[in-house]
Amino acid sequence: MTFINYSAREINIKLVYYGPGLGGKTTNLQWIYNKTDPEAKGKMISLATETDRTLFFDFLPLDLGTVKGFKTRFHLYTVPGQVFYDASRKLILKGADGVAFVSDSQEARMEANIESLKNLEKNLKEQGYDLRTIPYVLQFNKRDLPSAVPVEEMYRLLNYKGEPTFEAIATRGIGVFETLKAIAKLVLLDLKKK
Amino acid sequence: MPTYDLIMYDEEFQKIKEILSRLRMDTNAKVAFLVDKNGQQIAAQGDLEGLDTTSLASLTAGNVAATDGLAKLIGEREFSVLFHEGERDNIHISIVGQRVILVVIFDERSSLGLVRLRVKKASQELEKVFDDILKKVEKEKEAMAGGFESPFAEITDEDIDALFSE
Repeated sequence: MTFINYSAREINIKLVYYGPGLGGKTTNLQWIYNKTDPEAKGKMISLATETDRTLFFDFLPLDLGTVKGFKTRFHLYTVPGQVFYDASRKLILKGADGVAFVSDSQEARMEANIESLKNLEKNLKEQGYDLRTIPYVLQFNKRDLPSAVPVEEMYRLLNYKGEPTFEAIATRGIGVFETLKAIAKLVLLDLKKK
Repeated sequence: MPTYDLIMYDEEFQKIKEILSRLRMDTNAKVAFLVDKNGQQIAAQGDLEGLDTTSLASLTAGNVAATDGLAKLIGEREFSVLFHEGERDNIHISIVGQRVILVVIFDERSSLGLVRLRVKKASQELEKVFDDILKKVEKEKEAMAGGFESPFAEITDEDIDALFSE
């Protein structure tokens, strides 16, 4: 749900990073946070457990500038990836304008990727959304790991609708901004249609 | 889309700010602000200096969402009021018309009873404003016949690229 304020000439957009546990969603946000001009970002909030596993969500507000005279504000959220936090994931998906799916390239995590993608599809449906129509991008994270599954194979397993797909190494920032830019673009272009 | 996009026009925005401002004065509160259920701040009035309202908005919505989840688990529709008591400051959170969240931050200069009373009144006024907004959006949509003319209809790739240029 986009929030357009004609009075303050602002537009607020909610982007959600989804994916299996330990896939690098929080790392994506941290990289964005560290590399963004202090003027353009707010505080990053992480509601995490003592072992740095996301408990509820991470939140990062970004002010990127103006489009058509409107101040464009992105609110980036991550969901907790661990399977048993499904109730929290549903809450965070509410009102999402776009979703970036962060998958883990390690062979051992392929099953978890597929399960998480199915979970996304189901949870969106419950909210009345459809993964086929919502702005959506896919990221293959951890490309640097030795057990990384070939890109073609991952694409075959995880591609949903020919969405923009990016290879990434989030710990080094590779592919992070490309992913963000792609999802932001899809959401803004989606506004055109409304 | 299951939910309508929230669109705010100048007239209603001013009204909302007036209501919040009055609520704050009537209750002697520090801050009164309004957030949508997705964590986006709609308007804020009061002593906002040094207060990270963006984070406040997001955490409030998270809080309400989690509490909503709890309510459903035990078969309640919602918990319409949440109250957090601190040593100095307290936060009173209430849901207005099942759509937006009204937050009042106050200290010993006010009291929970007073805040509750005034929040009730302000909620009714706010509800009406949001009804008006919805009607207005509907009307505009109809007037456009073919579709709602978004200010972003003309958006180009260059506009979007410009957002990400260093």
